[in-house]
Amino acid sequence: MKIEDMILPKIRNIPPSGIRKYFDLINEMDDVISLGVGEPDYTTPWNVCEAGIYSLEKGHTHYSSNAGILRLREEISYHMKNNYNLRYDPKSQILVTVGGSEGIDLALRSLVGPGDEVIIPEPSFVAYQGCTKITGATPVSIRLRAEDEFKLTPELLENALSPRTKILIIPYPNNPTGAIMTKDELSGLVQILKDKDILVISDEIYAELTYEGKHVSIATFEEMKDKTIVINGFSKAYAMTGWRLGYACGHPAIIQAMVKIHQYAIMCAPTTAQYAAIEALRNGAASVDEMVREYNRRRRVLVNGFRKLGLNCFEPLGAFYIFPCIQSTGLSSDDFCEQLLISQKVLMVPGTAFGECGEGFVRACYASSMEQITEALKRIGRFIQ
Amino acid sequence: MDEILSILEKNCRYTEEQLAVMTGKSPQEVNESIRNYEKENVIVGYTALVNWEKTEIENVTAFIEIKVTPQRGEGFDKVAERIYKFPQVKACYLMSGSFDLCVIIEGKSMKEVALFVAEKLAPLESVQSTATHFVLKKYKDKGTIFDDKLEDGREAIFI
Repeated sequence: MKIEDMILPKIRNIPPSGIRKYFDLINEMDDVISLGVGEPDYTTPWNVCEAGIYSLEKGHTHYSSNAGILRLREEISYHMKNNYNLRYDPKSQILVTVGGSEGIDLALRSLVGPGDEVIIPEPSFVAYQGCTKITGATPVSIRLRAEDEFKLTPELLENALSPRTKILIIPYPNNPTGAIMTKDELSGLVQILKDKDILVISDEIYAELTYEGKHVSIATFEEMKDKTIVINGFSKAYAMTGWRLGYACGHPAIIQAMVKIHQYAIMCAPTTAQYAAIEALRNGAASVDEMVREYNRRRRVLVNGFRKLGLNCFEPLGAFYIFPCIQSTGLSSDDFCEQLLISQKVLMVPGTAFGECGEGFVRACYASSMEQITEALKRIGRFIQ
Repeated sequence: MDEILSILEKNCRYTEEQLAVMTGKSPQEVNESIRNYEKENVIVGYTALVNWEKTEIENVTAFIEIKVTPQRGEGFDKVAERIYKFPQVKACYLMSGSFDLCVIIEGKSMKEVALFVAEKLAPLESVQSTATHFVLKKYKDKGTIFDDKLEDGREAIFI
């Protein structure tokens, strides 16, 4: 028996990460500035850490209910109502997950299988493709365009629909482009979706990191409320990536289905993280505001820096990514990133890591200190010359 | 609060051009704002935050609690002025509670600070009593933790 043959073909065929080689390179280099990591450089605000520590001291070291501590779900409900004008019943419409990623996986596993199609606008977070393939459903990529500032347009959506379409993923604010969708722009999509039996997974993990205006969820459209599963979490806004805590909100029937998988696969999200998250929602807004203000400054410095170097980029208004076009250098995304890393020790991620249509672009994450961003720009400038 | 002030309070070495990019304003607007702040004494100075413990230079800091008799018509201000004009006094606050003035003094040695208190502060007519507390270790000052810089603890993970 060959053990390799025992692995399911659909898993075997998922390609390994294309950028593993960069991380292998970094491990052998000193003085690398990484604009490659997609997580906050901040540590979790201390009041949040302290709440986690206190919960341990109090002996809260047991499982929580499958869907999450009710008090946390109530806080999430309150947060969604206050910030996004979305009402969810804490008892039946909210599930606390291990990161936003688990929510995406649970939603897909609850809703699609072989024969179904999942529409994935790209470039976007790699997990959408992987999780879709694991269910046996077919991912259908939409190639978003730089001239649309990588927004999903009604025309692109219409072209991707088929009778087998069951899910549309709406990934805004977007990783890797930093694009956001305004209410008007979402409205165009709603016109197409409202009469169709298509559900939406709206990945809003970067919602709090929106720099002009306030984030709008597609679920705020009455026609879409029941048909949308909103995914959010604590990783990005509260700098809590390592705590692994997210949540999904949606129709009770869908949340109930997701809880079924969650209860067998995970049991419950980590209890300590849940107690910390209660503190984050109750008293974390000032810390989030401060981080967002600083991200915004870094965003402006990096966009301005890229443009001065002749790397074209639209103004990204969400998340903490900039997606400059590097076609003017004559290099492919992969060559650009590899040569930049080797010659100037700056890591960025090739756009192709987020879908084929990312060719010609690279992702720069500005969750790094201002000093590092300034130094990285100098080095990138030397590389381009 | 004005964004320029909150940035400068953390790091006053940014140039006007850098501040302009960060805040989305023009360099002229930034220049004008800073000039106004300086003129109106909103920005009263630009200093470096030094961890003297890391240098060869001996430096001692002490907090002095002072009880004073306020003067008729002058309140505490006159006696405070007598005190804060000494260059050894780095900070001087009027306090609520069991004493009146809190004075922060820096000197080269504990002896130097103690002598300053004994010779200059305690004998002042309005001063009833003093209590000197020496700082043994400075953990955090002006919002900055005086520890070695934290390493970036993020793993090389692709997300």
